Amino acid sequence: MNIAILECDHLQILLDVLRKRGYQVIGPTLGEGAIVYSDLNSTANLPIGWTDEQDGGTYRLKKRNDKALFGYTVGPHSWKKYLLPSELRLWKIKRNGVSFQIVTENEATRKFAFVGVRSCDIHAISVQDKVFMNGQYIDQHYTSQRKDTFIVAVNCGKAGGTCFCVSMNTGPKATFGFDLAMTEIIEGKNHYFLVETGTELGAEIFREIPHKQANEKEKCAADDILRKTAEQMGRSMDTSNIKDLFYRNHEHPRWNNVAERCLTCANCTMVCPTCFCTTVEDVTDLMSEHAERWRKLDSCFTMDFSYIHGGSVRASTKSRYRHWITHKLATWIDQFGTSGCVGCGRCITWCPVAIDITEEVHAIRESETVIGKQKTIVKEDIHANTGTLSGRTSFFKRP
Amino acid sequence: MYPLTPALRLGFRRSYLNWALALTVPDLQSVRQQTCSDYLLSIPLCLVFLFIRAYSRKFVAKIITNMSIKRKPKLAVWKFASCDGCQLSLLDCEDELLAVVDKIEIAYFPEATRAVAKGPYDISLVEGSVTTQHDAERIQKIRKISKILITIGACATAGGIQALRNFKDVKEYISLVYAKPQYIETLDKSTSIASHVRVDFELRGCPINKRQLLEIVSAYLNERKPNTPSHSVCIECKRRGSVCVMVSQGISCLGPVTHAGCNAICPSFCRGCYGCYGPKETPNTSSLSGKFSNSGLNNDSIMRMFRTFNACAEPFRKESEAHEIQEAGSKKSETRI
Repeated sequence: MNIAILECDHLQILLDVLRKRGYQVIGPTLGEGAIVYSDLNSTANLPIGWTDEQDGGTYRLKKRNDKALFGYTVGPHSWKKYLLPSELRLWKIKRNGVSFQIVTENEATRKFAFVGVRSCDIHAISVQDKVFMNGQYIDQHYTSQRKDTFIVAVNCGKAGGTCFCVSMNTGPKATFGFDLAMTEIIEGKNHYFLVETGTELGAEIFREIPHKQANEKEKCAADDILRKTAEQMGRSMDTSNIKDLFYRNHEHPRWNNVAERCLTCANCTMVCPTCFCTTVEDVTDLMSEHAERWRKLDSCFTMDFSYIHGGSVRASTKSRYRHWITHKLATWIDQFGTSGCVGCGRCITWCPVAIDITEEVHAIRESETVIGKQKTIVKEDIHANTGTLSGRTSFFKRP
Repeated sequence: MYPLTPALRLGFRRSYLNWALALTVPDLQSVRQQTCSDYLLSIPLCLVFLFIRAYSRKFVAKIITNMSIKRKPKLAVWKFASCDGCQLSLLDCEDELLAVVDKIEIAYFPEATRAVAKGPYDISLVEGSVTTQHDAERIQKIRKISKILITIGACATAGGIQALRNFKDVKEYISLVYAKPQYIETLDKSTSIASHVRVDFELRGCPINKRQLLEIVSAYLNERKPNTPSHSVCIECKRRGSVCVMVSQGISCLGPVTHAGCNAICPSFCRGCYGCYGPKETPNTSSLSGKFSNSGLNNDSIMRMFRTFNACAEPFRKESEAHEIQEAGSKKSETRI
């Protein structure tokens, strides 16, 4: 893999080259008191000298002491904003006498270049690729957007208070799924990026930008930064046998505890970079001449989500939270062969009441190891009280 | 008399037969004399009649359906104790108003027109809450003459801002507000329409959203389910890409417990949600209050947050009362000290 040095001042050339090649360049910018993803035409629009402080239920922007361009972690937005739009018209129809006619739209697919994609988000994109592109049912919109997406990854020089990518084995260094990957290095007056090329297209584009070969010292500096980041992780999660942990604990007093705190507001699923559930709405006009079908981002925390005739299957908060976390960390593995969690920490930061996925896993695991005996008694009690629900565990297991 | 032809056996009217025979065979007498040929002739005639009959039936059916389509559904808009803001939302449908009146007869809508068409009405939109004995009787009559009754706005669905009286003694208020309280006749409580009559659909908001009102009308006309989800405002907020004001700026926001419908307008202007659309499905108000409390809000402030336009919506009422009791309790303990 070719490793080169890109001077900070030359980053603008990269953006210009991408734009010249017809890419819509998207990257981190300052907006609404957070670092959000939007159009990025100039490096001046990057949150230069800003960082974020994150913890359960809080996010604050802070000034840095330097002029770092990527000195922060992930914000409220994820790249699914572009690959899996929150609202998308699938098709529209026009009345044609007693029949109808599908109105075809020649919607030019945009070519996106994502700048500043973190390793956890690359993993999240690859998780969604599995869902929408590699399975039995291929999502046309996602595939058409995704196949032309150019990814400029940025290795994290800082870990956030809610990050746990090291536990999930998804960071902080991008190892795949990028066209170019950069590590930002600031040493006194020297401000440069160590750039790795991941694809032939990445190399081709990078050749158009002035750069020089990296020496060992510079490579070591980058490794050093990444090692420090890995040590700074704000959260951690023990993922050993995590699938069985959840299957074993389908009934657990902790679920009632979470239900007391959970608002079922769906913030966690909306900010999650891997959550992919959508709903479909049909709309008509007053004249009954046009109808449209829209796909909207949905959440398993709503009643409508599990509504079948007669009512919602998951009416209680307990069952909804349990469903979400069990899918994310256990059934996802059966379904798609990977974990549904990439350790970005967004669900912890953006939960208004700071429900922490790592804490919940820890609490359940802890209850098994420390008070294993006691737990069995509690479990038996629950079964005695609620009628045997333990059989339901098999319901969660997918073939 | 005509001979009993197979055509007649098939039940055609004689006049039809006569007319058809006259058209096809000018000399009827000759036909009568030749019975055999009469039968033979009746076969193609029979086909002609079948065609005419089938065609005319289809034609008549078309006329009937056209007539039923042409009879526009009658809409009535009723006002109870309210500010008229929700009714204005209907008038606010400027671009769509022509399409609405093209499909619906606005039969009773005093805010828009003095012309009144007699009931019964297909759809009744009811704005406002019941605050007087007269209104309590009026809503019963309205229910009787309405096929579908839809309440619009926070007053009609939860009692509105005027339901703040429900927490106090209304007589005290009257004596404070009016120079001659003896002229005022009012009920002790401001109540929702649903607590008096059966309501078919409740449209939330203070005021309602024009887009949602049109959605209801459109859904009714197209005989489909209206898309008015009852999940949190947070989902709308995230869908439009807004950043959570509570997490990023520490602004108290009722979004996580509030019914969607406004497209998260306040958070998009960096304001917390005021809960205009009332409680969402399964709201966890106590957990959110705990968050407010941790971020420094006192019980009085929390009580006031829940006690606004939807003060008497059950989950909000309970939550505000929980903080009122605590407040009273803490005041008592303070006075004891």
